[in-house]
Amino acid sequence: MARVGVFICHCGSNIASVIDVEEVARAAGELPGVVHAVTNKYACSINGQEAMKQAITDHKLDRLVIASCTPRMHESTFRKMLTQTSVNPYMLEIANIREQCSWVHKDKEKATAKAIDLVRMSLAKVLKNQPLFTSTIPVHKKCLVVGGGIAGIQAALDVAEAGYEVTLLERESSLGGKMVMLDKTFPTLDCSACISTPKMAEAGAHPKIKLMTSCEIAAVTGYIGNFQVTIRQNPRYVNHDICTGCGFCEEKCPTKLKSEFDQGLGMRKAIYKLFPQAVPAKPVIDAEHCKKLTTGKCGVCAKLCPLACIDYEDKESFVTDTFGAIILATGYQLIDWPGSYPEYGQNADLISGLQFERLVNASGPTEGHIQRPSDGKEPKSVVIVKCVGSRDPAKAKAYCSRACCMYAAKHAHQILEKIEGAQVYIFYIDVRTPGKGYEEFYDKTRADGAVYIRGRVSKIYEEGGKLICKGEDSLIGKQVKVEADLVILETAMEPSPGSKETAALAGVSTDNDGWLNEAHPKLRPVETQTAGVFLCGTAQGPKDIPDTVAQASAAAAKVLGLLAKDNLETSPMISAVDTVKCCGCGFCEKVCPVKAITMVEIPGVYNGKRVTRGVAQVNSGLCTGCGTCAAACRTGCIDLLGFTNKQLLEEVDALWQI
Amino acid sequence: MANLAPNGLEAQAQNGKDNSNLKPQNSKPGMQSNPAEWEPKILAFCCNWCTYTGADLAGLNRMKYPDNIRVIRVPCSGRVNPQFIFRAFQKGYDGVLVCGCHPWDCHYTAGNYYTRRRFLLMKRLLEYAGIDPGRFQARWISGSEAAKFRDTISKVTEEIKALGPNYKLKEE
Repeated sequence: MARVGVFICHCGSNIASVIDVEEVARAAGELPGVVHAVTNKYACSINGQEAMKQAITDHKLDRLVIASCTPRMHESTFRKMLTQTSVNPYMLEIANIREQCSWVHKDKEKATAKAIDLVRMSLAKVLKNQPLFTSTIPVHKKCLVVGGGIAGIQAALDVAEAGYEVTLLERESSLGGKMVMLDKTFPTLDCSACISTPKMAEAGAHPKIKLMTSCEIAAVTGYIGNFQVTIRQNPRYVNHDICTGCGFCEEKCPTKLKSEFDQGLGMRKAIYKLFPQAVPAKPVIDAEHCKKLTTGKCGVCAKLCPLACIDYEDKESFVTDTFGAIILATGYQLIDWPGSYPEYGQNADLISGLQFERLVNASGPTEGHIQRPSDGKEPKSVVIVKCVGSRDPAKAKAYCSRACCMYAAKHAHQILEKIEGAQVYIFYIDVRTPGKGYEEFYDKTRADGAVYIRGRVSKIYEEGGKLICKGEDSLIGKQVKVEADLVILETAMEPSPGSKETAALAGVSTDNDGWLNEAHPKLRPVETQTAGVFLCGTAQGPKDIPDTVAQASAAAAKVLGLLAKDNLETSPMISAVDTVKCCGCGFCEKVCPVKAITMVEIPGVYNGKRVTRGVAQVNSGLCTGCGTCAAACRTGCIDLLGFTNKQLLEEVDALWQI
Repeated sequence: MANLAPNGLEAQAQNGKDNSNLKPQNSKPGMQSNPAEWEPKILAFCCNWCTYTGADLAGLNRMKYPDNIRVIRVPCSGRVNPQFIFRAFQKGYDGVLVCGCHPWDCHYTAGNYYTRRRFLLMKRLLEYAGIDPGRFQARWISGSEAAKFRDTISKVTEEIKALGPNYKLKEE
């Protein structure tokens, strides 16, 4: 027979001034199962806790109801207190008679009656409580970072510097991401490559960082502290263990192609390094265009390679490793603007912001001279169109891409600085420059002579060797036509291709635009709903480099907090399956928001024959205890410990039952 | 998309109520011995992360609302088994309220989406069983919406009061 102790807290006058606590204690004392019911001036105080501990010993209590403030306030306090007694910390229920009774009702009689009801409900529930025990899971002290852009590099370096092993995964053949393509960074005009390539080299050479390029995630199983990740190594056709990166092969390769790194403005070979400072500084073969791999005729690189590293037979391979934490830094790409804006036409001198970055970059195809891609002439009149695809839900994206206002100003500044007598017109909707030194930079650009025109560009067409940008100046309410030698479209960011699929493998959801969802936009900005998986950089949404780096370090700090622990304590208030009753329908697996339920085969007997049957299994590392499965279960075999069907039904019945 | 709007569920609940010609006539206030003294008993399932917190905040702000409500704390509104709702009506509660986080704001990502689906089905089932659908309501109330909690409780209490005691499913 259960021996329940009921303690009614006065909370000074907070409760006692409205509720007749002595009457509640008297009523509680008459309820079945209750062997001790008293009031307490302040239950949470040291004296209050000592009195309860003493009562547990004196009255051999095996469970408690404390009628006090909200359980959100002191449930953990009282559970902690119970760890010092013979009572299991989960044999406790709290009746919320302060926040949800004495503070919200005036009528003393009615409030007292309600308090008694609340105590009855808690008592009914606690009578069905079962002792629960926390368990621990070991933490594998290794971190996987997915994406080798500036976010991934920063996060990997921060975690590695703290002394933990990191595997840095990159889909391309080199680290660097988008930042290394840029020429200068606003507002300080630092050379982007000068500040990012040392970080790349540091990450590439760090003893704690294992760099895996041309790799993607193929599968993720497990849970926080213990993720088993299968990594697909895509074929490189060059043995990077032997290759020294001498560059002979690249020099002699007969196949010339448009360079993706130079945004189609420069050329590369079919065996190539992504860019000169690539990390690792070793080439790969583009299987789609290599003559040897497509037609079987060529093999020049293999003949010339002094170390025989070329392997045309290279195949994709898989490796599996265990990680305690995962950081997703999958980045962004620019939208395919011709698809959304056919009215802008197709013209070689109509380029994206990223193309301009390559054009103005000293290591780019024009060695930093701003030239029209069509005829190589220096443009004298340049139009910059902002919000191409951003803030335009009818054609592309509803959101603001955040970085464009600033890099448009930077582009204007670079043109005005490099080309004497140049004229720059910027079409804008709004100029948004929140950030340290940003507004000042924008002011400076206008002082330099950039002309800002408020309005959208409706059409771009060629006339007499010039590009005509037709738009509206909404401040004067007139149509304008601007003649340009070069037009730069500052296009919207969108999630990098495949990021949604990668996120799904790691159990992370994406929003309507495909950006990865953080656990909470304000208070948990780098965590995800899957414990142990973190995110940073533009994978989460458009942002500039300072924000990306800050977020990467934040994600690293979260990972360090996790990896610093040897074991994780898991809440025992999770789902449990009665495998005898489970019919293996798999409905719980479908509704589980964190993929904590899997169907497993167990041996059974049917008609005297040995068979196997499917039942649900809950992963205690993943289950967050929401109970959605318990409500969905068709046989009632899956239940949420601490909030079982029995407990909640007793609570429903309480007002009439006892 | 429209039905995913934060108040979409409530809007649908309102729509359900509009079918007044289909409304089962199970409310018999006339049978009350003393209708003036009768007070409904309403059970509310509140999710731990949003509505329960919102209710606590209402207390912290000393807001006042009718004392007809009895709250059962659940981790997530998705935990609310339809069985609990039937049981509440069988035991004699005059109204049942299920409250959770706003869509997109669920602590567990998706629990409240299941709540919404179950709610709409339950409402129709209850109507079929002869219970006025107005006796079963759902609301999205966040942890900061103390005033919404207060207003919801006041409004729901008034509505249930108007419907009279629940005789239909109550076990004698």
